[in-house]
Amino acid sequence: MQMKEGLENYSFPDEKGHFGNYGGVFVAETLMHALDDLRANYEQLKNEKSFQEEFQHELKYFVGRPSPVYYAKRLSEKLGGAQIWLKREDLNHTGAHKVNNTVGQALLARHMGKKRIIAETGAGQHGVASATVAARYGMECVVYMGSEDVRRQSSNVYRMKLLGATVVPVESGSKTLKDALNEAMRDWVTNVENTFYIIGTVAGPHPYPMIVRDFNSVVGTELREQMPELIGRQPDAIIACVGGGSNAIGAFYPYIKDLSVRLIGVEAGGLGVETGKHAAPLASGKPGVLHGNRTYLMQDHDGQIIETHSISAGLDYPGVGPEHSLLKDMGRAEYVVANDDEALEAFHTLTKLEGIMPALESAHAVAHAVKIAPDMSKDQVLLVNLSGRGDKDMHTVAQASGITL
Amino acid sequence: MSRIAEKFEFLSSSGRKALIPFVTAGDPNLDMTLDIMHTLVSAGSDIIELGVPFSDPMADGPTIQRSSERALARGTGLNDVLNVVSKFRNSDQSTPIVLMGYANPIEAMGVQIFAEKAQKAGVDGVLVVDYPPEEGDELLSALQEKSIDAIYLLAPTTTDQRIQAVSKCAGGYVYYVSLKGVTGAAHLDLSAIAEKIPSIKKHVKIPVGVGFGIRDGETARAVADLSDAVVIGSRLVEEIEKSDKDNVLKNVSTLIESIRVKLDS
Repeated sequence: MQMKEGLENYSFPDEKGHFGNYGGVFVAETLMHALDDLRANYEQLKNEKSFQEEFQHELKYFVGRPSPVYYAKRLSEKLGGAQIWLKREDLNHTGAHKVNNTVGQALLARHMGKKRIIAETGAGQHGVASATVAARYGMECVVYMGSEDVRRQSSNVYRMKLLGATVVPVESGSKTLKDALNEAMRDWVTNVENTFYIIGTVAGPHPYPMIVRDFNSVVGTELREQMPELIGRQPDAIIACVGGGSNAIGAFYPYIKDLSVRLIGVEAGGLGVETGKHAAPLASGKPGVLHGNRTYLMQDHDGQIIETHSISAGLDYPGVGPEHSLLKDMGRAEYVVANDDEALEAFHTLTKLEGIMPALESAHAVAHAVKIAPDMSKDQVLLVNLSGRGDKDMHTVAQASGITL
Repeated sequence: MSRIAEKFEFLSSSGRKALIPFVTAGDPNLDMTLDIMHTLVSAGSDIIELGVPFSDPMADGPTIQRSSERALARGTGLNDVLNVVSKFRNSDQSTPIVLMGYANPIEAMGVQIFAEKAQKAGVDGVLVVDYPPEEGDELLSALQEKSIDAIYLLAPTTTDQRIQAVSKCAGGYVYYVSLKGVTGAAHLDLSAIAEKIPSIKKHVKIPVGVGFGIRDGETARAVADLSDAVVIGSRLVEEIEKSDKDNVLKNVSTLIESIRVKLDS
């Protein structure tokens, strides 16, 4: 099989930051030096034992790792097919996988002598995780957030402010995550000497997709050890939601060469891919260039980026990490969609049957497991990366049920 | 010789510096863009940079972002921009036109098709903000094949090594971004420009233009003393934004004339 051959030597990105046809450094000259500098510092630091030890120490004592793997027994029995196991990233400090990356990048920032960090955020989870590490390491923090999202996610805005961060509402474009990213880039260009930009997902120009993947792959690395202890082998499939794709790549990456494990990414189908109101570039988009990398994008025939829709703000992004684009083209990972209503239903099901309230993002992955488990046998194992907890989504869920809190 | 090279040769033989205005195509609308282009020329512009609107203009400040949004709200696409250039060429065959924009609209059209259409329309140079020399090889060779200059940015942070890499693919002129920031920022440091230009000139044998943050005749004049061309973008786009429709051409003309006078003084 051609795929198998390619995978033995799977080693991306290449030195120019390309994941096959994807990734790269598509930025204005004004940012090139900062990215070169970041890459050089990261390359040096990642091989330093003291840095890795400090990172592991922080993950253990500040984040609370390793996160457990939990057997969703009642859910599995109700579905009557494959066993569903959950990687509990929702139990991390700050409530999601995002903090794995912000801790790593904050340590990198400190090493580079940068005292000011900036971040973009959609739902506010990455903003909160960034504000949290800024407080932890005594750094100034500015978070860019679309004004539309500031309105929708007021409690996360308040959390960031409590943590000492400045939240800047972004009024340009569609006033959502992609515009927040544009604005953070503009800040970085202007203040590049004292500022470190903590990108929250595996997108953006090289070296970000690599750095964010590396820091998040602690998820898959733990799984490779935990699963044999729990079930005597690796799972049959790993299922993760994909917006930018950082929790998914974190879980997938240590398994890429292990072909016995299916890798399934679940994009936000919104109101249905056929309606155009969704956030599923891998399912229906085509490759293009946005935010510094080439990847699958939601765009119109003129190459303008189009507005996305998802009930979960964290998946509401028109692009996707370039490594996912490559894994799709290689056929190594499968990408599917779950619609808003399916994710909501999965949210309620998991909450009622297991006492675990998933983030609406993660509920997309649960929804796909619910969809395929019944047709599988009881000795098969689906591992769902439960990337975050649902506390932040109370208003959205209530609203969807016609309830005003 | 390309239209851009001819223009610079003519200017240098008459001891003048190039004035390069930037406007976004389709702002306030495509018909007006054509009139604005002719007005720019009659008011003393030498080369026109025509912005191709994009939904996510990462390197631009708020003024040019807003103009991009206005143009997109009217549905301005890359084909429309090329049509404006064609129409402009019907009555002006000597003023070089440089398209400035982002990669995705070009990739969506197809790089080869774009290069062909651009040549046919009479485009002389193309500056793709998010194609540094490391990326966009395909467009570079397509443009070179059609004798269109690929124009590149240089920044205060650009190292000597990168200046050399840019000099190998750059045509027409190079565009030196005079500050750390986005278009339209307000803090221009003349001494920093004076320091950087010689290290650029050491490797780059084509003219050097300076832009980002030039807002008036005095600054333009000071920058022109250090370089071969000055680019006026946000200040001009701002003028278009705040002018009543009936006064756009008059106000554009007054602004450009005033800068031209200072530049030649």
